[in-house]
Amino acid sequence: MVNLTIDNRKIEAEAGQFILDVARENGIVIPTLCSHESIEPTGSCRLCVVEARQGKKTRIVTSCLYPVAKGMIVDTRSERVMNVRRLVLQLLLARCPGSEQLKEMAAEMGVEAEPRFVPDTDNVKCILCRMCVRTCEKVVGVSAIGFSYRGPEKNVCTPFKEESETCIGCGACAYICPTGHIEMETTETGDTRTIWGRTFKMKICKVCGRYFAPEDQLVYISQKTGVPIEDLAVCISCR
Amino acid sequence: MTSKIKSFNELKSVQKRLKAGRDPKKPGITVCVGTGCLAYGTKKLVENFREELSKRDLADRIDFRTSGCHGFCERGPMVVLSPEKIFYQRVGLADAGEIIDKTLLKGEIIDRLLYVDPATGEKVVHEDDVPFYKKQSRLVFGLNFQVDPESIEDYLAIGGYGALGKALTGMKPEEIIQEIIKANLRGRGGGGFPAGWKWDATRKAQGEPKYIVCNADEGDPGAYMDRSLLEGNPHLVLEGMVIGAYAIGSSQGYIYVRNEYPLAVKNIHIAIRQAREAGLLGENILGSGFSFDVKVNRGGGAFVCGESSALFASLEGRAGEPRAKYIHATDRGLYDKPTNLNNVETWANVPFIIERGADWFAGIGTAGSKGTKIFSLVGKINNTGLVEVPMGTTLREIVFEIGGGIPDGRKFKAIQTGGPSGGCIPEQYLDLPVDFDELTKIGSMMGSGGLIVMDDRNCMVNVAKYFTNFLVNESCGKCVPCREGIRRMRDILADITEGKGREGDVELLEKISTGILDGALCALGNSAPNPVLSTIRYFRDEYAAHIKEKRCPAGVCRDLITYSVDAEKCTGCMVCVKVCPTGAASGERKKVHVIDQAKCTKCGACRESCKFDSIIVR
Repeated sequence: MVNLTIDNRKIEAEAGQFILDVARENGIVIPTLCSHESIEPTGSCRLCVVEARQGKKTRIVTSCLYPVAKGMIVDTRSERVMNVRRLVLQLLLARCPGSEQLKEMAAEMGVEAEPRFVPDTDNVKCILCRMCVRTCEKVVGVSAIGFSYRGPEKNVCTPFKEESETCIGCGACAYICPTGHIEMETTETGDTRTIWGRTFKMKICKVCGRYFAPEDQLVYISQKTGVPIEDLAVCISCR
Repeated sequence: MTSKIKSFNELKSVQKRLKAGRDPKKPGITVCVGTGCLAYGTKKLVENFREELSKRDLADRIDFRTSGCHGFCERGPMVVLSPEKIFYQRVGLADAGEIIDKTLLKGEIIDRLLYVDPATGEKVVHEDDVPFYKKQSRLVFGLNFQVDPESIEDYLAIGGYGALGKALTGMKPEEIIQEIIKANLRGRGGGGFPAGWKWDATRKAQGEPKYIVCNADEGDPGAYMDRSLLEGNPHLVLEGMVIGAYAIGSSQGYIYVRNEYPLAVKNIHIAIRQAREAGLLGENILGSGFSFDVKVNRGGGAFVCGESSALFASLEGRAGEPRAKYIHATDRGLYDKPTNLNNVETWANVPFIIERGADWFAGIGTAGSKGTKIFSLVGKINNTGLVEVPMGTTLREIVFEIGGGIPDGRKFKAIQTGGPSGGCIPEQYLDLPVDFDELTKIGSMMGSGGLIVMDDRNCMVNVAKYFTNFLVNESCGKCVPCREGIRRMRDILADITEGKGREGDVELLEKISTGILDGALCALGNSAPNPVLSTIRYFRDEYAAHIKEKRCPAGVCRDLITYSVDAEKCTGCMVCVKVCPTGAASGERKKVHVIDQAKCTKCGACRESCKFDSIIVR
């Protein structure tokens, strides 16, 4: 265990824990956009930056990735920290002017859009937080989506933006997307769903008769777990 | 082909034999085949020399050698005749026969091929007397002249791999590391981190295997030091790496080299093959029991891959994105194993330190920065090329004494150091010694050694826009401040150069910069605002002129300037009328010409062609 200070509070934490996790355990709120308990931190949104002092050295670090250390003094709301957060939000607001989530977050933090940043007009709501890509790779295990291009042109897509053979249509990417950028459309009857340009046939629950999961997803789960596909023909509610 | 050398003693006798085969008094021709000279068509010149020599039945009596870059790229193709070291520059591709007949056989100097010192107007015969070379201390780069990069025999003949033999047979790994620490060899890639400490940390780190990597992903606009070293003397870099590997305890090394450097890729491949055949790489090197091998990985042309964690990602086959470096590469680098990464020039310094000792090395340079540094001197400078000087040499010496000053008698304005991560330094700091620490104090950095000279016709806002735009395109896009912030800065800079700048833009640029400096994930983002910050710091007036007066003082930003003719200077020579691509310049012979603003695209062709300086840009 190590002792440290966060926002003038003396806190005990396990060595190796990240600052963000320790802060949350202690009820200290640090805003994030690319952090999720199910996936490893990546440090891309930079909203969770804090000012950490160790000895004489003070630096701005991403709390989601920076491990606590003995005697560390953390300020989660210093002027430097707030400057970075304000800039990050203003930049994202200009990139995704259509995102309600970003507007809400900015309002909560008292950040106003920078009038000098001309809002993008491409209707993209993706903030490149990477949660979808990481979920698809680490949680689902299929890596159907990834990044193409770099810098401002960077975007999330299936390889060559074609229908993905490996995608199982599970929709985990759409579920985790914080800004609603990833669209998943389901037909009225629920017999198919379309995501990343590919339409998936849905399976009917043997018991209740409702469409509940893409057939490809059930095949994938069966293969991965060894559970016979017949045993997967019942939806969660009826199981 | 050299057969496998099995011990240090055998290496010494091979070196001796090869050295004996090189009679220093024998007449010789050395042709620079660095990329710069090759671009002039030197390959044809080499063929011509070979043909003319064999025609005259001289092939055996003359030492003909192609060598790596000599550095004075401005003056290529370059030929040096030994033993006197007669220096011919801007040699015509068909001049081979004449050089052989007149100079080599009769001892006559061909006047038109000599370098003329612009300061004195005198012709210089010998290479060492050329001012560009005279003021340099060419240590690392100096060996380029003596070896054919494709010949391990050449390298062995000048004592090559002797430092490796000494290290493997006479020194313990820890001793080598202590020697590097004592020499205070700092990373030449730009970071300036002490190499010895890095080696030590990698050696002591938990985890096997350990890797060493050579960073040859040089990507600063205008910089080509590492390229020319790897092209010109690949064995020197390899020797440094093998010594490092032995000291660190690594059996596998990588060279990450830009694929845009085809000659470097080719020459390092040849060198690796030769070194393996000679028993200087591979299993049981020089019979010492130590084994080490090197693989070459070609980079796909991403500037960010020069950053260590992005380089490792790329080497592992993933996208070149950096990761937060809260864990040092020396603990968990390539494939999450302890990894020591040094750049080309750093590795190339190692054999010298082992051979001549840390005290000798530490005797060169300043208190905190030891040894020499190679710079690529480009831009508005008379002597474009690669320059190697002791650390601590002033910018003034580099620009005016070695570089020969600014062309066309124009006025020095600024020097951009350290590439896109560095800054622009104004005239008032020209007497600062260049080393790892001094330039950082004034908002720039030495970086890997890029020096871009600018004169009064360079607009500093435009320069800042150029570098910022470069970084927009090279940002990997992983973190928000870098991906989104730099492009917003570029947009504001573009507005300013187009006359759409607003009050408060400079302050906003500074504010965004602070956020990016603090908030970006890696060194690319953390230093991206430097070109903007340093130009604001030293040329704030120029920003103000663009924003408030809608005027570009340097006469560069097209939307803010007009071209006109100075009636007093114009002689009516019709040259501008002929070169103007849009017909905007018009007039009659011996009458003052005029420029039609409606047709003028501000391309600058008239200004460049006017011999009477009569084109006014405002």
